[in-house]
Amino acid sequence: MMQLLFRFLVGGVVVSLFATLGEVLKPKSFAGLFGAAPSIALATLGLTVVTEGRMYAAAEARSMIAGAAAFFLYCCLCIHLLTKHRWTAGAATTSSLIVWFAGAFALWFAFLR
Amino acid sequence: MRVHTDFSALRKNKWSDYVPRFLFGGLVTVAAGLVAKHFGPGVGGLFLAFPAIFPASATLLEKREEKKKRDHGMNGSLRGKQAVALDARGTAIGAIALLCFALMVWKLMPHFSAGLTLLLATVLWIFTAVVLWRLEERM
Repeated sequence: MMQLLFRFLVGGVVVSLFATLGEVLKPKSFAGLFGAAPSIALATLGLTVVTEGRMYAAAEARSMIAGAAAFFLYCCLCIHLLTKHRWTAGAATTSSLIVWFAGAFALWFAFLR
Repeated sequence: MRVHTDFSALRKNKWSDYVPRFLFGGLVTVAAGLVAKHFGPGVGGLFLAFPAIFPASATLLEKREEKKKRDHGMNGSLRGKQAVALDARGTAIGAIALLCFALMVWKLMPHFSAGLTLLLATVLWIFTAVVLWRLEERM
């Protein structure tokens, strides 16, 4: 339980720091880079190495490649829905998560399993 | 376009704006750990690149841009969407850099210390993101 709480606090702090950094940087497209900062990976991998070892962390990073590729597809769909179909940010970014799940699992299943 | 900092955005934020980011960040980090524990590092690793805060940040950005326009007596709906789309373009570039980060951690982690590996991978993320952003700006 304490380990989960620690993970929660570390994850929350690291993600918030990167998000705040993205908020103070201009122009907007540059600030957007920080929306895909390795915040969760940095919060998680350090803890994983301590509890499970480096090989386990390396295996997680291998799968993260598929997750990152799916993140790229997710962003492309968000841009399309916002610019071509004029969806609101909430609707576009939330519904596109389906593409992240489908893309990440499909890529992992096809190439990394 | 020159990259610079503008801290005025932080002054406009309310504490309630920070709470969703903290919660999403914390929850996804916990979820990634739990998924890895139950389904193994193969599935758990996918969640290290989950778009955790993007929906919350995008919604906040849209609201802020709409308000700016409304304060000048205009309908800011289109402006809000354009701002989020621009932000998402940057995030798409960041996602390619995130892929490079993951590749580097995968290759280096078995041979070097975790601290050095994560440091080098983070430097690679920043370098790749900035170079790709500059190239995209010139296109």
